[in-house]
Amino acid sequence: MSFPILSLMLAVPAVAAIACLFLSAQAARVTALAATLIDLALGVVLWTSFDVGGAQWQFVEYAPIFGRFGWALGIDGYALLLIVLSVFLMPICIGASWQAIEKRVPEYMAAFLFTEVLMIGTFAAQDLFLFYIFFEAGLIPMFLIIGIWGGVNRIYASYKFFLYTLLGSLLMFIAMLYMSITADTTSIPVLLNYDFPPQVQTWLWLAFFASFAVKMPMWPVHTWLPDAHVQAPTAGSVILAGVLLKLGGYGFLRFSLPMFPEASASLVWLMFGLSAVAVIYTSLVALVQSDMKKLIAYSSVAHMAIVTIGLFAFNAQGIEGAMMVMLGHGLVSGALFLCVGVIYDRLHTREISRYGGLAINMPRYALLFLLFTMASIGLPGTSNFVGELLSLMGTYQVSTTTALLCTTGIILGAAYMLYLYRRVVFGEIKSEDVRAMSDLTPRELWLLVPIAAAVLWMGVYPESFLAPMRKDTQILLARLDRAKPAGDSQPTPGKGNGGTGIVPAAHAETPAHGSAH
Amino acid sequence: MDYAANLAMTLPELVLAVGAIALMLVAAWGGPASTKAVSWAAVAVLAGALVALTGPASGGGDAFYGLYRADAFAGFAKVLIYIASAVAILLAPTFFKRTAGADLRPEYPVLILLSACGMGMMVSAGDLLTLYVGLELQSLAAYVLASFMRQDTRSAEAGLKYFVLGALASGILLYGISLVYGFTGSTLFDEIAGAFAATPLTGDTRSLGLLFGLVFVFAGLAFKISAVPFHMWTPDVYEGAPTPVTAFFASAPKVAAIALAVRVAVEAMGPAEVQWRQIVIFASLASILLGAVAAIGQQNIKRLLAYSSINNVGFALIGLAAGTPEGVASVMTYMTIYLAMTLGSFLVVLQMRDADGQPLETIASLAGLSRTRPGLAAALAIFMFSLAGIPPLFGFYAKFAVFYAAVQAGLFPLAVIGVVFSVIGAYYYLRLVKTMYFDEPTGTFDEGDKLEGGLIAVAAVFVSPLGYLAIPALSAWTLAAAASLF
Repeated sequence: MSFPILSLMLAVPAVAAIACLFLSAQAARVTALAATLIDLALGVVLWTSFDVGGAQWQFVEYAPIFGRFGWALGIDGYALLLIVLSVFLMPICIGASWQAIEKRVPEYMAAFLFTEVLMIGTFAAQDLFLFYIFFEAGLIPMFLIIGIWGGVNRIYASYKFFLYTLLGSLLMFIAMLYMSITADTTSIPVLLNYDFPPQVQTWLWLAFFASFAVKMPMWPVHTWLPDAHVQAPTAGSVILAGVLLKLGGYGFLRFSLPMFPEASASLVWLMFGLSAVAVIYTSLVALVQSDMKKLIAYSSVAHMAIVTIGLFAFNAQGIEGAMMVMLGHGLVSGALFLCVGVIYDRLHTREISRYGGLAINMPRYALLFLLFTMASIGLPGTSNFVGELLSLMGTYQVSTTTALLCTTGIILGAAYMLYLYRRVVFGEIKSEDVRAMSDLTPRELWLLVPIAAAVLWMGVYPESFLAPMRKDTQILLARLDRAKPAGDSQPTPGKGNGGTGIVPAAHAETPAHGSAH
Repeated sequence: MDYAANLAMTLPELVLAVGAIALMLVAAWGGPASTKAVSWAAVAVLAGALVALTGPASGGGDAFYGLYRADAFAGFAKVLIYIASAVAILLAPTFFKRTAGADLRPEYPVLILLSACGMGMMVSAGDLLTLYVGLELQSLAAYVLASFMRQDTRSAEAGLKYFVLGALASGILLYGISLVYGFTGSTLFDEIAGAFAATPLTGDTRSLGLLFGLVFVFAGLAFKISAVPFHMWTPDVYEGAPTPVTAFFASAPKVAAIALAVRVAVEAMGPAEVQWRQIVIFASLASILLGAVAAIGQQNIKRLLAYSSINNVGFALIGLAAGTPEGVASVMTYMTIYLAMTLGSFLVVLQMRDADGQPLETIASLAGLSRTRPGLAAALAIFMFSLAGIPPLFGFYAKFAVFYAAVQAGLFPLAVIGVVFSVIGAYYYLRLVKTMYFDEPTGTFDEGDKLEGGLIAVAAVFVSPLGYLAIPALSAWTLAAAASLF
């Protein structure tokens, strides 16, 4: 066994979290920042030493220390990218809480560090129950973060968040028990190739769906998200939108699709239907929000729907696009919540109508906010463009109607984001307290600029992010091939279609390709 | 089989009985002044009984022509019972010393020893009459313990209520035993099992009588484990009894009664599994649901924990419903972890005292505990999340084990309904966490006791994720214990 870097990445924040509980406020801040930066460095090491195109599972660790299940860790390309996203956002969250959190700082830092442990653990777990433990345990620190450091209505939001997600997950738990007993293993890599009878698959798929749909969140079980976001402190929202929402998508990708291909194929209509409703409905809801955080929360639901259609498109563009949307949305929505946090720290309100004309006295803020607004809309050159384009392309090959309906989300997205930006940043300054707001401090620049750089990197050179997952996508597609639903589109390969570079060999796999000749 | 070998197998009970009688004499002559000495001596007697368990007492033999079983299952249950009893003795002095109007008397540890002796006989019973004698010994000692604060009306009420309802349950149980005896011709578990196997339960007179006997026996046992619909006494008794006694009631007798129920179900009525499984499933789901729903409105933390214990018994019964060796092992795993969570929670309740040292029992008095006593709040939060079954705390593994057994036995509806009900339970456990962490402090507690603090820390570490490291040992041990029943 090689060096246990994944265990180390879990141990560093865990130890720091316990240490924080015994430290003073300032020492806890420094400890938390140091621990998250160490984890970021380890994440970079992980990424650079990941063998792209090598073995499917890398950095594998195994220790059968829990009787019925074991300490099994290991990552593929998908998990790698999501772990890197987590460790990238964590120091930013700590930085965002540097001054905004004044009460009970040691506990706050400990809660965040525990959240980091659990997120990395969820993505790295190779054992069914180890995954479940990490997945579910994340509820505890998030419950405390919302409940202790949240807004006025924080207690209601924390309960709703906790009980909603708990109910979904417990059904998945029973399904996991059944799977481990039937297949006589708890190893995720083994289960990925285990064929459950199609009848059983449907039930298992629905049980997993109950959990992931809530986590995702999909319409109509998304209602916990706006409450949780609005009440959570800024950094809590960042981590919630940035990483915790990705657990749902990751779950579909890791469990539902490869383990239950037949059920996935037969229930595509459900995913597409709910997603199409989500895109249009939540976008329209976002349009009329007067609270900034709520608006961004609803936009998250819409973006996550683009993820689900991409995942269930059963082709390389869809799946890779969905992953890109997840990564891009993690960065962009995180950054948008930070942007809201910046002005909330100054004026202590999230009412859009209280602001206006920030471009005059906060030019640097206006610039960065504009970049993230454009990225959220999916402007070419930013991360979300790549993901949304691929995802919708993939979907088009399967269901033209769904693709059409979901593409309206991009137009609506432009509408609500630009409307938000206009009301907050443009126009005249309406009141003296808004005029007194100062531009970004160096600390805030340090938080936003790295995200901006990452957003542009993903938009300009997405290959860095597509390469690690390409092989995994091929493996997944090989597994899904037998159940692949027939598409209703008839794309004809035109001139230069093979040279886009983003989607190599995509059309060769489209069944409609043959009939088009 | 010679007599010495029989006595060697019953050595733990002999140690406890002789120890209890000797200490009773000391108490009678020494008076209240001997309380401390008797308490420590009682703990030593329990330790002696624990040592005595290692020999033939858990070797798998039958003593006195099958009346008494000295198998690994009984051994396992006794370890839990003795530990819980010792904790109940250790907790008492601080509680009574600081509570106005109540004094600890040396009879307290003696009664606990007698109760422990009775529980040992319950879990070792190989015959319905051994079972009944053990049960009564345990219960009679418990009735007195419940009313130990003589001047407190609530305590007296608890004792009386417990006694009246307990006597009723004993009557039901005895009636069931008499029916079973009448229709099988024996009170030995093995012969009852043989009679059940030989009689097709089709509905003729003989099988109908047997079934009635079975139902009455289970009803009597359900009272002892406080499973719905025989749970009514639990909240009142738990609320009224002195807190160390409540901690005792929620732990040792519960383990004993569950172990007894398992043994009766598997050993005596194993062939009638289909019949008793329906009863167990109903009691299980009803307990989980009622334990969860009724707890929501409670303002008194002891009442809340009473409903929590009803709720937990429901989960333990899921393992019994499976009726497999894994199921029985999961019940024992559940009770082990439950013991740590419950004793830990009650230890925290014991710490809830106002500035004058008088006990507080309202949930509201926990407000803001995370500011005033962060360690205590963290411990109680760990116990609550663990009781709710949220990973990564050890309480999750307890639920994991019973649901694993249920799914393995193909009881999907039971597993799914049980799991959904557990979300309701999570609500009120969260309420305690919310009170401690989200609300503003209203007052500070008196300084705690070092011994109690140490015990809380031990329980909290066991329930924390570190407990998972104990899984291999625990599962090997529980499986060995369960195998001795089949």
